[in-house]
Amino acid sequence: MTLDAYFRIGETITLGSHTFEADEIKAFAAKYDPQRFHMDEEEAKHSVFGGLCASGWHTAATWMKYNLKRREDAGEQPWDGVGEAPQFGPSPGFQNLKWLKPVYAGETVTFTRRALAHRALASRPGWRLLTIACEAFDSTGDKVLEFESAVLVKAA
Amino acid sequence: MTGKRWAFEDFAEGATIDLGQKHVTAEEIIEFASEFDAQPMHLDEEAGKASILGGLAASGWHTCCMFMRLMCDGFLLDSTSQGSPGIDYVRWKKPVLAGDTLTGTSTVTAKRASSSRPNLGLVTVRHELVNQRGEVVLELQNTGMFLKRMAGEAA
Repeated sequence: MTLDAYFRIGETITLGSHTFEADEIKAFAAKYDPQRFHMDEEEAKHSVFGGLCASGWHTAATWMKYNLKRREDAGEQPWDGVGEAPQFGPSPGFQNLKWLKPVYAGETVTFTRRALAHRALASRPGWRLLTIACEAFDSTGDKVLEFESAVLVKAA
Repeated sequence: MTGKRWAFEDFAEGATIDLGQKHVTAEEIIEFASEFDAQPMHLDEEAGKASILGGLAASGWHTCCMFMRLMCDGFLLDSTSQGSPGIDYVRWKKPVLAGDTLTGTSTVTAKRASSSRPNLGLVTVRHELVNQRGEVVLELQNTGMFLKRMAGEAA
């Protein structure tokens, strides 16, 4: 098995779907993003978004939730390549995050990921950087979120 | 009057806005991670110590959310913000550990009037969170949309 096969380079994987209920939108916003269009239906009606919608950070963090859930549900692919199985580590960050459409209360969002490429890190021998395209779509099929993430992987 | 402290005109290129401080507790690290990022180094002190992060560490998404709250309280809630289309980049440069105190700043790097919407302007801001040891733990940049003052007066 190659690392490309293990990471499933190029393959789009559906992570799961989540319905953003009004109560959880407001609870998240109260802690982290208390702008009026995430906190109150009436005020949201008079805002730029026209209705209660989830904080963009709420949508993005929920991508991570389902990314991990998928890992648990599906289990890691068994590694049968040379040496020890690759081990996922922390992420150095992400780029080009776009909130393309508001996620309104009651909307169901489906999350996906697609591994793009991986390369050895000169600064960290034994570690590789795996880049991942992350996306989310609403119930009409419109893309609501996209970003390009990266994760460190301990691999030969 | 828009009734808001910060409209498009009030952001000056090169100016830095103080966002104040945030103390990070183990309880909130675990609470956030339990819901969104349930990996051992975000849930358990011992697992954190054994990891590359060196202690019970906040999820990077949690750090972004802590930044967002600081920015809300720092200026966004008292602004004419019309939302943001996205984030250019986020860099999680150092682990955020339980007990850390983070200080936030936002520096305006560019601004321009919207060509399609005359009542609106775009402000590009680079944000930083620095811990009590002076290390930058989070760096990100985004462009926000803000109403102009005149438009606010007419509304």
